[in-house]
Amino acid sequence: MPLKLSLREQPAVPLEVEGLSPDRLAGLGRAEVEALPVWHGNRRERLADLFAVSGDGDEEVRVEGDLRRVKLIGAGMTGGRLIVAGDAGMHTGAEMRGGELVVEGDVGDFAGTAMRGGRLVVRGSAGQQLGAAPPGERAGMRGGEILVHGNAGDQVGAGLRRGLIAVAGSVGEAAGLRMLAGTIVALGAVGARPGAGMRRGTIAAMSELTPLPTFAYACSYRPPFLRLYLRHLRELGLPLADEQVEGRYARWSGDGLELRRGELLILESGG
Amino acid sequence: MRLNGTEVVDTFAEAFPMWGARIVVTAESRAWAGEAARSLTGFATSVIGCKCEAGIERELEPGETPDGRPGASALLFANDREGLAKRLVERVGQSVLTCPTTACFNGLDGEETVDVGGQLRFFGDGYQASKVLDGRRYWRVPVMEGEFLVEERFAVAEGVAGGNIIILGRDVAEALGAAEAAAAAMQAVRGVILPFPGGIARSGSKVGSRYSALIASTNDALCPTLRAQVPHTDVPPGIGSVFEIVIDGLTLEAVREAMARGLEAAAGAGAARVSAGNYGGDLGPHHIELRGLVPGLEG
Repeated sequence: MPLKLSLREQPAVPLEVEGLSPDRLAGLGRAEVEALPVWHGNRRERLADLFAVSGDGDEEVRVEGDLRRVKLIGAGMTGGRLIVAGDAGMHTGAEMRGGELVVEGDVGDFAGTAMRGGRLVVRGSAGQQLGAAPPGERAGMRGGEILVHGNAGDQVGAGLRRGLIAVAGSVGEAAGLRMLAGTIVALGAVGARPGAGMRRGTIAAMSELTPLPTFAYACSYRPPFLRLYLRHLRELGLPLADEQVEGRYARWSGDGLELRRGELLILESGG
Repeated sequence: MRLNGTEVVDTFAEAFPMWGARIVVTAESRAWAGEAARSLTGFATSVIGCKCEAGIERELEPGETPDGRPGASALLFANDREGLAKRLVERVGQSVLTCPTTACFNGLDGEETVDVGGQLRFFGDGYQASKVLDGRRYWRVPVMEGEFLVEERFAVAEGVAGGNIIILGRDVAEALGAAEAAAAAMQAVRGVILPFPGGIARSGSKVGSRYSALIASTNDALCPTLRAQVPHTDVPPGIGSVFEIVIDGLTLEAVREAMARGLEAAAGAGAARVSAGNYGGDLGPHHIELRGLVPGLEG
């Protein structure tokens, strides 16, 4: 039976559980897990004060309860599998380096910020700044994959440097803001100003959108690499049709205010 | 020894280590994937004259390729790792990059890799871009048609070259018919290629020559026309034509399997005699005995 942590009740103030990840819990005895420190507001408390602990520590950890005010779940994890049975709070999966983190509900803002590896799967929706740069930093996510089955808020992949972010639903404004490289795939509607200030990298959109005036149309074609990406995402469970995988995409180069080495790839209807 | 009435010489094939890679080529159509694979593996019959040996392993269905398009897998072998890396860059660059609609992927698992796409990217003259997916880096090289996608690193592994069977017949028709049947059966084995035209060589060679500039020359002991002329012949009375099928493989097991299937097919197609080529056992570390290769060998 995997290690299970059940939140006793929603905390009155945000609860920070940095270090709550399978790799760090592996090999710990029940008493050691219960004694791990968490920050409840400005108070340091024992994990067992807030969570009921059951099962044994191994490669998989399951966290349950109303976790919307619980921050930093799976932050910095390097391996193993962490399942959140419900919603998760802010900074979920921030600075992840490996393993798989599955959130069965929604995640708050700043999920996957500064991520470097591994896979974050959100079955619900994500808040603002998904996979973005931490406040005050230039570069965002530097590796790994984020898959969101629902929608995502503004500034998805802001400062993205490497890695893949895919959103099955809509994404908010300024997706890929000032991105440096990497790939964002948006299957639903895309908010205003996608790729504003981008230097390199790809934003692939499956819906109609109007690029910023600082983007220039190049051609319409079937990008060979995109087939690899979309087939990969389909294998991971995102709803991609053959027309999207094999379709024609309009290539817009931008942002002209920067290097103009980034691209918007926009699926053409009937392509 | 006899198999289905065919005499099988109690001898062995002497094979050598050689470095190999598997290249997966895809394209918009089966035809273009085939064109690229044929060009990639052209003029690669023997390391003696071509610096490498290559062949098409098999066609790939869209469901078997990384990008879901029709494709082909090819194997390429060279004497050492460095030489293999050079040949890969040359051949993928000249034969796949240039071919309409193609993409090119590593088809072999392994820790040891060589840089291929990472060299070819420079053709993009600074406009190339890379993508990393699932731990693998790909290069997007802009070309007049659109974009060439090539994987950065290709795995290389120590394989086996020089597996062979020799098929003897009373005349060309009999020997070639048996050789064609053998080649067809051997080409169905995964992990091997038959690098000569149609898988069959009519000009087996021996090491050295009376001419100092040549490192190999005709295998006079197996030339029927020289039977009455040379100091030693391996051509029995009544034999008028001889063919050799050379096999390169990623593993010794695959080469053995191909030889076994070839031996059975040649015997089934009426070869008068089947033998194998070796250098007395002193050169190659792999000795593949015909005895025991297939069940039913008598004597």
